[in-house]
Amino acid sequence: MSEPVSGPPFEQPADFEFTAENLERAKAHIAKYPPGRQASAVLPLLDLAQRQSGGWLPRAAMDRVAAILDMAPIRVYEVSTFYTMFNLRPVGRYLLQACTTTPCWLRGSEAVVAACKRKLGIGIGETTADGLFTLIEVECLGGCVNAPILQVNDDFYEDLDGAATERLLDALKSGTVPPKGSATGRGGSAPFKGKTALTEPPDAAVAAGWTRNPPGAEKQGEKEDAG
Amino acid sequence: MPKVTIDGQELEVPAGTTIFQACQQLGIEIPHFCYHERLLIAGNCRMCLVEVEKSPKPVASCAMPVADGNVILTQSEKAKKARHGVMEMLLINHPLDCPICDQGGECDLQDEAMAYGFDRSRYRENKRAVPEKDFGPLVATHMTRCIHCTRCIRFLADVAGVPELGGTGRGEDMEIGTYIERALSSELSGNIIDLCPVGALTSKPYAFVARPWELRKTESVDVLDAVGSNIRVDARDGRILRVLPRLNEAVNEEWISDKSRFAIDGLVRKRLDRPYIRRNGRLVETDWRSAIELAAERLKAVPGERIAAIAGDLCDAESMFALKLLLGGLGAASLDCRQDGARLDARCRPGYVFNTTIAGIENADACLLIGTDPRHEAAIVNARLRKRYLRGGFRVAAIGPALDLTFPVEQVGEGGEAVSALVRGDHEWASVLEAAKAPMLVLGQGALARPDGAQILWAARAIAETCGLIRPEWNGFNVLHRAAARVGGLDLGFVPGPGGRDVAGILAGCRSGETEILYLLGADELDLTDTGSAFVIYQGHHGDRGAAHADLVLPGAAYTEKDGTYVNTEGRVQLARRAVFPPGEAREDWAILRAISAALGRALPFDTLPELRRHMAVSHPGLAETDELLPGVWGGFGEVGTIAPAAFAYPVTDFYATDAISRASPTMAECRETFAREPATAPRTGTHG
Repeated sequence: MSEPVSGPPFEQPADFEFTAENLERAKAHIAKYPPGRQASAVLPLLDLAQRQSGGWLPRAAMDRVAAILDMAPIRVYEVSTFYTMFNLRPVGRYLLQACTTTPCWLRGSEAVVAACKRKLGIGIGETTADGLFTLIEVECLGGCVNAPILQVNDDFYEDLDGAATERLLDALKSGTVPPKGSATGRGGSAPFKGKTALTEPPDAAVAAGWTRNPPGAEKQGEKEDAG
Repeated sequence: MPKVTIDGQELEVPAGTTIFQACQQLGIEIPHFCYHERLLIAGNCRMCLVEVEKSPKPVASCAMPVADGNVILTQSEKAKKARHGVMEMLLINHPLDCPICDQGGECDLQDEAMAYGFDRSRYRENKRAVPEKDFGPLVATHMTRCIHCTRCIRFLADVAGVPELGGTGRGEDMEIGTYIERALSSELSGNIIDLCPVGALTSKPYAFVARPWELRKTESVDVLDAVGSNIRVDARDGRILRVLPRLNEAVNEEWISDKSRFAIDGLVRKRLDRPYIRRNGRLVETDWRSAIELAAERLKAVPGERIAAIAGDLCDAESMFALKLLLGGLGAASLDCRQDGARLDARCRPGYVFNTTIAGIENADACLLIGTDPRHEAAIVNARLRKRYLRGGFRVAAIGPALDLTFPVEQVGEGGEAVSALVRGDHEWASVLEAAKAPMLVLGQGALARPDGAQILWAARAIAETCGLIRPEWNGFNVLHRAAARVGGLDLGFVPGPGGRDVAGILAGCRSGETEILYLLGADELDLTDTGSAFVIYQGHHGDRGAAHADLVLPGAAYTEKDGTYVNTEGRVQLARRAVFPPGEAREDWAILRAISAALGRALPFDTLPELRRHMAVSHPGLAETDELLPGVWGGFGEVGTIAPAAFAYPVTDFYATDAISRASPTMAECRETFAREPATAPRTGTHG
């Protein structure tokens, strides 16, 4: 997210301390790196701190991470401002990240964003008054085969349209978190109209005889190289 | 060793040399912004692109080591076109405000744009604007002009050791700053103004004052600490407008401390611009003739042993030589140039200079600091220590109160007790020094300026001798001075002669009435509240502590207003040169003393400065050897005796107010105010690097 200077004012907590459990996790992350290279653990530690702080990263948390990793605070600020997944301002309980990059846009992301705005009465980058939702626009989430996508905290809700988005938001508002994944119920990125290939189990003999490198393939390769 | 061909010329360079450095060896100039030879390589401005044969794309020469057989073209169409492209990209967001930019006329971007810029822009969108930052009272920011070369970040993180600047945000939103607004707390922060290739970081006190082509540039040396940093003094219309560092690999490389750079506005404030005589308890203006006559009359009326003189921290060697000659002729032996009371021994030169040399620090592998805080006493020396530390394999320990030198320092004692233990040999650092290949110790004024200073000096010599610091090819015994005049004064023997008094004795003599005339040559760091009935003559340039207690004030010249010889802490003789004339009726110091001698009827044997220097060279040949380090003969110095176990106290408590010039400087006052909340000498914890 952008600099914490834009947007309505908010309060930075005075201090931050990892919970005992998270401190253990932090130590496990630090232990992955050679001694003296503990600064490499800055990303997982910031993520831990963000999760512990309710989805955003207070300055005190960054300073704490800097102290734990023996880094200059500015080096931590550089990292946390570089990565857009660190939120430097408080966010709602549900952080709605609407993908509006080309594939999602072609598949109707505008309807998803419009549904969010209409339903929640907020614009991009705003948080609802009850503190439940924050809506932001993001670039490609890497789920193009199930476009359009709305990411709610850590989970992808896929194949959305306006109505499905409203249903999702209603459910979240009422306190239930619907199962993640496709709104149309398809598994993974299977075709909408049912399978068109591999509709039955493959022949057992073929399955047994199939290897990654069928005989002859190597020879062919060699020939090509020689040519 | 790889062989390369650059623009048709063949060259063999050591492996690891970058293409940029190889080109430099051939004298081929390559445009660049982010590359700086004293900083780590970043390779992010892309201005130094060259064409390398068989490489599909142009190569950033500053970050690419040469490979054997490289054929490099620096002036090919492809390379030029690539640089034109980079320049166009840089200028997309760079404002075209050169007419109102302080960097105008000395701007790398402006210069390179002359060679690689287009005559118009193809960019039609809005330019980005970046909010201003506040980096404190010294560095002004215009961050919209920033081209993100990151030189300032790298300088503060590596050279200054105060990692407070960083690049936050990403892409077009990247900003250079402190993220949380704060003043840069480095005493070397002014150097980022020089490093900035554009007008993003400029000097706050110098803002909108002058253009570089209007300035008269004078090469000189700095006297606000004992490093003797080489500086360039820029003046216009008889007024000094700024000070910039001058390259000297052996001393300051190309850095200077903030005090050296910014205290100059103190040179036009609180100045003594005419003679004053005290009448009825008040100093009243007078003319030179009556002032000189009064001085001569008083000096004539008193026997020599009742005359004493103290030379201050900013005095040039010539004026001290003239004063010594003048008062010596009258039979005065109570001369002293150690106004802080440091028990330095003028008998043996290696006993009071920085023998290892500043550049020699880079060859050391263990360093013991005794009663010194180099960061605030000699910031440039501290930068050298840090540079050595960053290369690895360098242990530093300190005896004295806890220190933050920007690099780890082992605290191995508080004061005299640890020194005694080292002499006895039952201190862990005795064996560390013995085991080291090139050990050094640095004795500071914090250890010497106390009653048992002479004993500590003796102890330090004993440590140096027993722990193997003194070898034919290596001398690890160092005294770090704080005052620019000190080594020169000791070289001249401006110390009590037989039967003479030292500073404490002189002041006691004033109170008891045994000293009737006290001649202060720019001496301001003294407690002069009670000088008894003594007649105090103050010759100097600032209305500071000395002048306030004087009966006769003779206005002299500051270091930028006279040609003077200064000897730095290494014993390096350097010349300061006149950049402007002294204000009002103030005169060069040697000339004032020459005038007094004439009025006394014992005219000094010189009428011009070159004549004075010839005389000085005869009696003190070392002072004529400028910019050279003369080897000294190791000998005995210091005094045997017991050392008080008390902790040392560092001499510099406020980096921004150490002398009459910095105390008169409004910029330094602002710095004091800014950093008062965070005292410079307080140990800082955590991750300050």
